[in-house]
Parts: sequence; structure tokens; C-alpha cells
Amino acid sequence: MDLSFTPEEEAFRAEVRAFVASAMPPHLAEKAAVDGHFGMDEMMEWHRILYAKGWVAPHWPKELGGPGWSVAQRFIFTEELESAGAPILSPFGLAMVGPLLIQFGTKAQKERYLPKILSGEEVWCQGYSEPGSGSDLASLRTEARDEGDHFVVNGQKTWTTYAQYADWIFCLVRTNPSVKQQAGISFLLIDMKTEGVTVKPMLTSGHTPAFCDTFFDNVRVPKENVVGKVDQGWTMAKALLGHERTLIAAVGQSARAIQRVKHIAQATRCGDATLLDDPLFRAKVARLEIQLEAHRMANLRALAGAQLGHAPGPESSILKLRGSEILQQAYELAMDAMGQNALSWFNEPDVVPPDEHWVPSVFNYNRATTIYGGSNEIQKNIIAKLILGLPQVGKD
Amino acid sequence: MDLSLTDDQKMIKETAASFVKKDSPVARARELRDSALGWDAAVYRQMGELGWLGLPLPEAAGGFGGTMVDAAILLEEFGKTLVPEPYLASVVLGGRALVHGATAAQQAELLGPMIEGERVISLAWAERGSRYDPEAIEARAERRGEGWAITGEKVWALGAHAADDLIVSARADAGISLFHVAKGARGLTVQTVKTMDGGRAGRVRLEGAEARLLGEPGAAGAALSRVLDDAAAAACAEGVGVATAVLWMTVEYLKTRKQFGVPIGVFQALQHRAVDMFVATELLKGTSILANARAGSDDVVERQRAVSAAKAQLSSGGFYVVAQGTQLHGGIGVTDEHDISLYFKRMRVLMALFGDEEHHVARYAALPSFTAGL
Repeated sequence: MDLSFTPEEEAFRAEVRAFVASAMPPHLAEKAAVDGHFGMDEMMEWHRILYAKGWVAPHWPKELGGPGWSVAQRFIFTEELESAGAPILSPFGLAMVGPLLIQFGTKAQKERYLPKILSGEEVWCQGYSEPGSGSDLASLRTEARDEGDHFVVNGQKTWTTYAQYADWIFCLVRTNPSVKQQAGISFLLIDMKTEGVTVKPMLTSGHTPAFCDTFFDNVRVPKENVVGKVDQGWTMAKALLGHERTLIAAVGQSARAIQRVKHIAQATRCGDATLLDDPLFRAKVARLEIQLEAHRMANLRALAGAQLGHAPGPESSILKLRGSEILQQAYELAMDAMGQNALSWFNEPDVVPPDEHWVPSVFNYNRATTIYGGSNEIQKNIIAKLILGLPQVGKD
Repeated sequence: MDLSLTDDQKMIKETAASFVKKDSPVARARELRDSALGWDAAVYRQMGELGWLGLPLPEAAGGFGGTMVDAAILLEEFGKTLVPEPYLASVVLGGRALVHGATAAQQAELLGPMIEGERVISLAWAERGSRYDPEAIEARAERRGEGWAITGEKVWALGAHAADDLIVSARADAGISLFHVAKGARGLTVQTVKTMDGGRAGRVRLEGAEARLLGEPGAAGAALSRVLDDAAAAACAEGVGVATAVLWMTVEYLKTRKQFGVPIGVFQALQHRAVDMFVATELLKGTSILANARAGSDDVVERQRAVSAAKAQLSSGGFYVVAQGTQLHGGIGVTDEHDISLYFKRMRVLMALFGDEEHHVARYAALPSFTAGL
């Protein structure tokens, strides 16, 4: 049993840290220092910097543009980037449709899409949820009608994050309405510039642009844009969710958030001392940090399993569950630490300290962490069924 | 980063797993809780023959030369069926107190027979007013001829009711020191007291009791701190076993207990509770690994940070598992007849030993690591 990283891995950590420190342009570093919201242009700027270094797609195989890192190196890389507060890249291309195409795409699809995901030349978004289909995703109704050599798509997708910037959307669409719900869905890639696609952005509760509604009105999509086979979309979606869940342990992000709480508390006077010296507040922070420590160990155990070649199982659900809750709680504490400053909403720089400026916005938006990627209640359903083997409704 | 077990450790785990399954079902713990000793002396000797009692003790003293990680592997298995033999008391508390606080010669003399399973060692550190502070000591040690005489009272000394050798902390002119008090020593009275989980402990009265100094006088503060960290980590490992058993016992119950014409495990409210128990158990496993791996560290901050995180987690997450396990069993869960009530009691005892949640959260928050980088 050895809980430390090897000297080579520690050297790699130092290399990543030094690179991030030198490569992050000053205007990004300034925003990172206060954990401000990065806009799409800033995310893409960072994307291109990592691309130029060959580090933009840690999880991709080397022959397709990945850096060829070990599991431990990927873990360290993520931890370092999160700890530095670097922009978190949009996952839809690099972490979602990219790995899916690598696993299930045709040669032509891989050649067409992967290089531009890698370079950032094409931005992707995700078309899964619909107004009537959230957690019950298999009930989706956006229809792709077979018209010989192409499909005609009609319907509405919602929570299509970054659709306003996207060149492509990957969608789950209904290709067969007369079979069991899961068996009539296909995974379709749609060019956002196609006639009949309209995007209506909406602000998040943190007042940042991200969410959109995306409408499809008789949109023609070539049949070669199906990933996997027609009607196999549900299998694709499940494979893709597996890729997504392993990426949201967010240990580095939460560690950073807890450090921010301490910073704010230390700068806040409370009686003759600071808020961080207040035993009640300090214990709250300590409890959360202990939760993070336990979460970090769960993540390391998953990492150790992956190093031995074990595929990430449904156990990775607990990383999503705990990671999302802890990140939320850290921002709840940051708001507590701010006291009445927590009232502040995007004011001039001198109204609250720079450290606190973004907290109310992030606090609001972070309610999404326990919802996106399959809500935590859905994650619990998955664990109940697949790990605990508990009986399901309607079955004996 | 390698969390896999060595070949030796795998063997320990397999042997222990087979022992608890075949030779030590919960029924044995249930039977022994009404006995005077509280465990089976023959099984304790058998543990000696298997080499288990010397696992985390130095080779020079006849031990295996292992670490708390090795002991934790055993204790986790023991927790699964509530094995009652005094491993935590005699090996971890008694044995490791000597490792941290006695000379090599004293270790060889006292550890040897314990490792063989011939003797039981008990550490008497707590006093009525000490709560979890091992340095809050009123017992006094004074020189008497070649030896020492101790006066004071120690409480909740695990295994002391049957101990052949007592390790007692007391305050001498030079400061906190450890002493060896042999069974039957002049001035020593040990009263047997019962613990909630069916175990036994000793209330130790020392009236000028005949004692021998261990190690250097006045140097035992660090040794006590270290052995209590070892013991807290050990309690976490055993707690992992307890939680694991309760989790799967409860899942099984949800699959088989029928109400409204269906197994109650189909109900989402109960499914999610079971998942929360699973998550808590997984988190305990990770923090216990960390605590036991760091228990041997000479870096005090690193050690206390890991041990306090784990012990706090045991008291919050571990209790959650046994409390909700009981809840999901319904009425049968609060009967003496159902095993879950034994597991519930054991977990609560482990929580109260060596620092509860409040104690460890406060200790964690007072470490320099908590404010590092601010």
C-alpha cells in the first residue's frame, strides 16, 4: 500500500503546475484568482493554448491526438488545472462526443470530426433533454423521419448548454415510435447551420450565458450522421454517460472553493478576532473539508482501480454524487462567510472585496451540479439497481 | 499510488475472512457477551498461533514487523461478525503503547508472551476527568525504593479486567510517564465493568500500587498521543467491517421483507436510504485506509490530520449506517434478538472510544494544515 505518487509523477505535477503558471494569459489568471465565470471566448482561448501544447485531450488515445498519459498523470493533470482555477473546458466535444466517436464512430466519422474537436475549430453541444423529458429521458419525442438517404428532424431540445456558440449538436432522436421507448432512439450528429435549426439562449440563475432551447423545424440530416446503428442510440447514450461521470469528482474545484471560504472568513472581523477563529464557523469548514478528504480518497481508490485496468463501474456514480454536493456546500459556506455582503449582485469592484465578487453568482449556478449529468436522485436509482441489486418497480 | 494488498496482506485477509465466516459467526459474540471474560481464551491463543497478535509489532520483540495497515486488514474482517477477542485492547492499545513508550528490552519481555497468546496487556490511560485528553492525568507516581508507587484511578481500560500486564499512565516529578503494573501487584484493584456492546473493561484503582517505569520518565506524552492515534485508526478499520455487514444485511432485508404485496426494496425512499448507507460505507473505507497508512508517520500533522478525518467520518458516516440500518429493519431492528442491534451497539462504542466527532473535528481544525496557504 502506497498512498504517494512516484517521483516521476511528482515531477510531472511540477511540470504541469509550471506550465499553467506561465501559459495562462494575465486576463485569464486575473479571473481565475477570483474564480470568476469564464465566457466561451475565454474557454476557447485556453482550449487553444492546451491544444498547442498537446494537452487538450488527456483521455484520448495517442494516435488520435491524446498525450499518451497514464491514469495517474491524467488525474494529476486534472487536479492541477482545477487547483489553479484554470477555465474548465466545455466537455461536449472533448469529453463526451469525442470519446464516443472513438469508441463507436466509423472511420469516416472519426476523420471528419475528431481533429476539429481537438483543435477547437468546431464547438459542440448536447441535445438530450426536452421540455417533457428530463430524468425520464427515454420518453423523448424529437422525431427523425426516414426520408431515404436522409432524416427529417422535428422537435425541441432544452438545456442545450453553449448551443449559441456551437457548430454541431449531438442529439438523441426518436427513429422508431412503435417499439419499446429505449429501442427506438438513435444518436444523431446535426450541423447547427442547417436550415430549420434555431437557438434561443437563456440566462442561468447565476446570470451567466449557458443554457439554450434548440428548435428543429424540418431539419434535413444525412444518414451518415448516425453514430452506431439506427435505433441503438440508447446504448450510445449510456456509454457516453459513463465517460461523463468519471470527470466530475471536482476534487480540485472543491478544494479551491474551501480555500476561498477560509480566505473570506479570515478577512472578516468577528468580535475581537476573525470569523475563521470563531469555533462554530471553523468547525463547519473543518467538517466540509473532512468530507472532501473522504471524497478525495474515494477518487484515489477509483484511480488505483483504473491503474489496475478495472473499468470504471457504476461506483463512479458516488464520485458524481459527493463531488457535486461538496462543491455546492462549499459555496453555501462562502455565502455564509460573506454575511450581508452576500446580498451583492454584480456591483462595481469596490462594493465587496474582489474575493467575494463572483460568489453569489457561482453559488446560484452551482445548484446545477446536483442536477446535470443525470440528477443525483437518478444516480441513486442507478446505484440501487446496479450495485445494491434492489428490486425494481413492476418486477419481482 | 498503489492501494493493492501485498501477497502477505492478501493471505492475512483471506485467512481472517475465512475465520470470521466459519469459526466466528455473530452467534459466538452473542454467546460470549454474558461470560465473565467476554471472549474465548482458546480463540485468543489461536490468534497467537496464527501470528495475528504480533502483526503490527516489532520483529525484535517477536512480532511480525508489520504496520497498522496490516492490523487494519484483520480488524475490518473482525468487525463483520463482531469478533470479541481483545485485539484492539491487547495488541493495538497495550502492544503499541509499549512500542512507542518502552525500551527494546521491556518490549521483548512484555510483548513476547502476549504475541504468543499467553498473556493479555491492557492500557489504562483514561481518568474520570480526562475525557479524550491523555495528558489530563491526576494519577501520581512516586519513587519507592528501586521501583515506583502509583496512586490514582483509571477508567474504561479495555481488557483490564483480565489483563496480565497493565500499562498505566501517571504523572511523576519529571512529567507524564508510563508504568508497568503486573496483575496481582500490591495496591492494585481492578473492578470489572460491562460495556454496552457486551464487552468488558476495567476500573483500575491504584493505592500506592507497585510499578515499574517504562522508557524514560516524563517522556510518555508523545507515546500516548501516538498509541491513541493507532487505536483510533484501528477503530475506524473495525467500523468499516461493522458498516459493511450492516449495509448488506439491510439490503438483503429490503429484498426479502414484503409489505403491500411487494419487497419493500422497490420503494424509492428506502432505496435511496440504502444508497446513502452505501456511500457512507465507501467513504469510511477510504478514510480508514488513509488513517491506518498515516498512523505510522512521524509527521505529527500528517498523522493527526488523517486520523482525525477518519474518526470524525466514522462517528458521522458510521453512525448513519447503523442508525439507518436499524430504521429500515423496522421493529425487529430494535430487539435484542436481532443481530443488527449488536452491530449498532458496537459502532456506538467505537465512536465513543479515542475521540468522538466533535473532538476530532476540533483537533483537525486546530492543526497548522488547516490554515496553510492563507
